[in-house]
Amino acid sequence: MQSFLDIFDIYLLEAVINGILLGGVLALLALGLNLIFGVIDVTWICYAELVMIGMYGMYYLVQYYGLPYWAAAPLVILLVALLGGALHFFVIAPLLTAPPINQLLATGGVLFILQSFATVAFGIDFRNLGIRLPVLALGEMNFSYARLLSFAAALLGMIGVYLFLTRTFTGTAIRAIAQDRQIMPLMGVDPKRIYLVTSAIGGGLAGLAACLLVLQYDVHPFVGLSFGPITFLICVLGGLGNFIGGFIAAFVFAEIISLGGLFSDLEWGYVLAFAFFIVMMFIRPAGLLARRS
Amino acid sequence: MNRQAAGWIIALIALVAVPFVHRDPYHLHVLVLILIWSFAYTSWSIMGRFGLVSLGHGGFMGIGAYVTALLWNHLGVSPWIGIPVSMVTAGVLALVVAYPCFRFRITGHYFVLVTLALSGIVLQVITATRDYTGGSLGYTPQRAPSGKGLLALQFDDKTTWYLIALAVWIAGLVIWRAIDRSMIRHAMEAISEDEDAAAAAGVNVTAEKLKITLISALMTALSGALYCQYQMFISPDTVSGIAVSLQMVFAAIVGGVYVALGPTVGAVITIVLAEVLRISFGTKAVGWDNLVYGVLLVLFIIFLPKGILGSVIDRIKSPRKPSRSHEQQTVPIAHR
Repeated sequence: MQSFLDIFDIYLLEAVINGILLGGVLALLALGLNLIFGVIDVTWICYAELVMIGMYGMYYLVQYYGLPYWAAAPLVILLVALLGGALHFFVIAPLLTAPPINQLLATGGVLFILQSFATVAFGIDFRNLGIRLPVLALGEMNFSYARLLSFAAALLGMIGVYLFLTRTFTGTAIRAIAQDRQIMPLMGVDPKRIYLVTSAIGGGLAGLAACLLVLQYDVHPFVGLSFGPITFLICVLGGLGNFIGGFIAAFVFAEIISLGGLFSDLEWGYVLAFAFFIVMMFIRPAGLLARRS
Repeated sequence: MNRQAAGWIIALIALVAVPFVHRDPYHLHVLVLILIWSFAYTSWSIMGRFGLVSLGHGGFMGIGAYVTALLWNHLGVSPWIGIPVSMVTAGVLALVVAYPCFRFRITGHYFVLVTLALSGIVLQVITATRDYTGGSLGYTPQRAPSGKGLLALQFDDKTTWYLIALAVWIAGLVIWRAIDRSMIRHAMEAISEDEDAAAAAGVNVTAEKLKITLISALMTALSGALYCQYQMFISPDTVSGIAVSLQMVFAAIVGGVYVALGPTVGAVITIVLAEVLRISFGTKAVGWDNLVYGVLLVLFIIFLPKGILGSVIDRIKSPRKPSRSHEQQTVPIAHR
């Protein structure tokens, strides 16, 4: 009995730590989405599909063109950033004054486009980088380097965005426009440019997430559906547009999935996370950190 | 007015006569699919037209299909009982999620994302309980012994299915019309304009929204059950989940959410497009239909937010009539 409990606790600890590592990448995704929502006031339903395109980008650059991983990653981040900018320019900009639901549904259309584009262009096979990073054994627990690396890179990315938003003029303008989008144009800030820059940053974060996720998961055209919904739920749970709330919610969700997956199948982890989300919406409709009005 | 009624009756007779005149099984198959999906899209639009955009309808449809099939396979309950049970299940789930949503005034983005979580839950539960539901590999209702087809609601005959689907589709349109002429519609239009003002004017916002959600969820579950009984094969990806929810939204918007036949036009366009692409390009066409849908959806939302049929009707009726409440309004925020 005692030995059983020991093993159990080790597994529990391992799951908890793996949850934290997963939370890092989820927090990165949530940050990108929150940034776009906070500044432009739209939800990109297709956000996870941008990540999927980035993962394909990594796959082709590394496997097909033989670039080393560290050289391919910046290219992919740039590519997805451009894609984010294009998405804003072609789809969101014409709809800026339309009802928010229309903007949301238009990005739903983009989701269809990106998914089927990937199906047509890359086929529906599962592909992976073929890079197998070693596993770190810590006592009786095993952690893959891929997860540790992702966690570290996600944290660095978030710190980078934080510094950009607080230390540069453009960043300050972005934060200002998120607070009051009517006054800022009077202060000499061009909102069109700010929106475009913000979309590109959001895209860049998706690109970074793609570089990290491709280390752990196979890529296929529908891979976005496996973590896209979770990302939206994290953002809503944290309060749409609330960066810190999103950060905390990412770890809460990651722990639920990881621990739920420990006790039974991974799907039940997701079910628990979704159910937790619905319950939380009723307890705190405006997000974890919102003050009740 | 009499002429219009005569027109409807002639159209109805023509529709009923189709399977007796034209017996090509493939064409009938496509027609049945169009009718079933039209009904599903109409169910979505009953809510969607009032700005209650739900991405949870994939979940309701999945419940309709899986509860009916599971009851039949595991407990031998006839779909005649199973379908109402599945509808009630979906209805209860809709109320459980929708009541707090409306009570705590979760609207707009937040409502969309809560319903998204709902369809996510249904999809994951179906996948997770793979011992019973077959998981992502799909699920087949057991064939009824010969002679018991009626009890099991299984017919090999396409004509029978065509008539069933036609009847259900017409029922959907009748419900639409009933709502269109009822006080619910006026209340819901007021709510979609301004909830506070509607409440101040004496509209019971929560109750009205719940009514419309319940009707919509019940109908969607029925469409899922019908689809299951007709196709005799369901998988989580074809009847539940976020992709199906988005597909409903897409078809309804392309056809036009604000007119009764709009969702039907959407279903005709999407299904015919998919079939044409499939026949002319074969397996090479995988993905192309969705690519076209996606492009169309984006273009429609930007240029024709009222959908094809809505815009056509507007064009015919318009110049004299003042704009109705649901037309696109540009919010005059300067320099935005």
